[in-house]
Amino acid sequence: MKSLLTLLLLTTATPALANKVFVTNEKGNDITVIDGATMEVLGSYPAGTRPRGITISPDGKELYVCASDDDLVRVFDPETMQETHTLPSGPDPELFVLSPDGGKLYIANEDDNLVTVVDTKTHQMLAEIPVGVEPEGMGVSPDGKVVINTSETTNMAHFIDADSYQITANVLVDQRPRFAQFSDDGTRLYVSAEIGGTVSVIDPATQQVVKTIGFQIPGVLPEAIQPVGLRVTADGKKVFVALGPANRVAVIDGETLEVTDYILVGQRVWQLAFTPDQDYLYTTNGNSNDVTAIEVASNKAVKSIPVGQQPWGVVVAPN
Amino acid sequence: MKSAMFLSALALIMAPVTETAAQGAPAQAPAPATAQGQTTAPAQTVQIAVLRVDRAGLPPISRLELPPPDLGFAGARLGTEDNDTTGRFMGQDFETAEVTATPDTAAAELDRLIAGGTQFIVLLADDATTLALADRAGDRALILNARARSDALRGADCRANVIHVAPSHAMLADALAQFLMWKKWPRWFLVKGSYPEDADLAAAYTRAATKFGGKIVEERVFEDTGGARRTDSGHVQVQAQLPVFTQRAPDYDILITADDAGIFAGYMPYQTWDPRPVAGSAGLVPRSFHPAMEAWGATQFQTRFEKLAARPIREEDYQAWLAVRLVGEAATRARSADPAQLREFMLSPDFEVAGFKGQKLTVRDWDHQLRQPILLTTGLLMASVSPQDAYLHQVTALDTLGIDRPETQCKF
Repeated sequence: MKSLLTLLLLTTATPALANKVFVTNEKGNDITVIDGATMEVLGSYPAGTRPRGITISPDGKELYVCASDDDLVRVFDPETMQETHTLPSGPDPELFVLSPDGGKLYIANEDDNLVTVVDTKTHQMLAEIPVGVEPEGMGVSPDGKVVINTSETTNMAHFIDADSYQITANVLVDQRPRFAQFSDDGTRLYVSAEIGGTVSVIDPATQQVVKTIGFQIPGVLPEAIQPVGLRVTADGKKVFVALGPANRVAVIDGETLEVTDYILVGQRVWQLAFTPDQDYLYTTNGNSNDVTAIEVASNKAVKSIPVGQQPWGVVVAPN
Repeated sequence: MKSAMFLSALALIMAPVTETAAQGAPAQAPAPATAQGQTTAPAQTVQIAVLRVDRAGLPPISRLELPPPDLGFAGARLGTEDNDTTGRFMGQDFETAEVTATPDTAAAELDRLIAGGTQFIVLLADDATTLALADRAGDRALILNARARSDALRGADCRANVIHVAPSHAMLADALAQFLMWKKWPRWFLVKGSYPEDADLAAAYTRAATKFGGKIVEERVFEDTGGARRTDSGHVQVQAQLPVFTQRAPDYDILITADDAGIFAGYMPYQTWDPRPVAGSAGLVPRSFHPAMEAWGATQFQTRFEKLAARPIREEDYQAWLAVRLVGEAATRARSADPAQLREFMLSPDFEVAGFKGQKLTVRDWDHQLRQPILLTTGLLMASVSPQDAYLHQVTALDTLGIDRPETQCKF
């Protein structure tokens, strides 16, 4: 009995964090935490006003949340879900990306045409970089040397040098770019365009668009196809794109760059996050107030999990 | 040039950007423009003018709708800010002049702007003035109509040098009609004002009824006889007169007001003889934009506008913003400031622009009307957006709103 209890404690204690799924609820002002193993909701916790972008440190010890209407980033202990401190973010932070070493947070300030750089250790603001109108999408190259910002009304992907904070290139993409994601080998940059209805595939070396991928779904109005969140598997072979009010996630072959599948999920799907082993992909469905777990190998939606009001962002704790 | 309210867009817009850069960036970091090897004087300059032709008239019946002095101009300023922010990365600078005129001085102001080298005129004027100025400009300038709504301007009186950014009466009427048919409220009691614009608008509702299967059970004219509408306790007269005016109508589902001049529609809700809702120019109103609209990222647009103008946005501001953005988007995509090239691109099938309405907006080639969803709004909120889902079209659902290609009377 005693040994069983110890075993139980041990098993629950060590991997307690592993695969926990954190979902920001934009209208609910809270974070829903889901057990990735059982796909059950563990609880919901206050997150400030209008939480949107969410990410976690590589060591899994700090959970960062853009509290958009509080004009700051709130940092939580993912174990206790207690707020430990806040970071300056500039006004109206929407989406951000963490440098691969976890040292810097690059934040898009939607209302002020800026990208703010914050040191996660010293909590100091390092720079404000003027970009295009309504900055939103943030990406970082796997080597951490290049930061990408997309500006929704300027319709560009801005290449920012991570050392000098200077813009080195501007690539025009389709209307309202929302998200930027490098492949893990750094040879490709994918940028989704919500109103353009496309994904631009950019060669980061030449900063040229090599292909623009469109989407067609039988029975779905073209206007409803609005690409937003995007994730690439570690081997680069599958690219998942959330298509907003089309209520589907598109699957693109990372080699041929052709669309191979559409997965029906909840309503107005926006952001995506893999589990660390990339067995599952979680989607936030803003209008049906739930998240969908997709099995990556089979492209099947396996479960819908009700969360809070208007789920926006999602991140899964690292192993 | 000097008499009008000319603005240096560059000075106004670049200042805050440089300021934030100086505050936030490390001291050694140079300004972004220099960092990209761009000179402070951009290689290309695009000149736009906003010409607002104000007609003397009565104030609106609600003082909440008094026109602000910067009506339309504020929207254009935001559009210029947006264009300039993008222009920094393209080596393009946008200068937008703001000119007010009366119907008598408008032609001279137009000539003066064109003589000064401006070939894009964002025009906020009534139907007759818009037509007259379009003819006067001829091939010397492209007119971006940001106010006039008559269908004739897009039909028999259409002009090749005009792009209609403002929605037409037919689009607004169709947008409301689709919603009413979805509600299964097909019997309409149409009350129109006594001005020429009201006749055009009422005709659009009649056409919409035929198009979507509604029925106008009766049409009445509300004569503008003047009267002491702003006098103290005028509401007593309103309360007594409107029920009488609307009584003995055949059975109907909803009362539709066609009152572009804003003479009576605002009085109509709750004053009808029968307990019926009101739509059209009051009640449920079809609009190009609304200050409470938060869908499709519009919240940030509203915030940016309110920061700039210190008031909620109006339709004229949205339309002027959109007109200025049309030119900016063309300049960005064409990588050019050459007016002829921009005009050609704006009128090409490849041109599209985003306008916080959830889908790309494009220009109809048969009458140069900008396709756009129409918001159906109540006082404080957006109640619905048309086209409604049930209305399909072989090209785009947006073409279920307004005059479609086969029906057009426009010949360029």
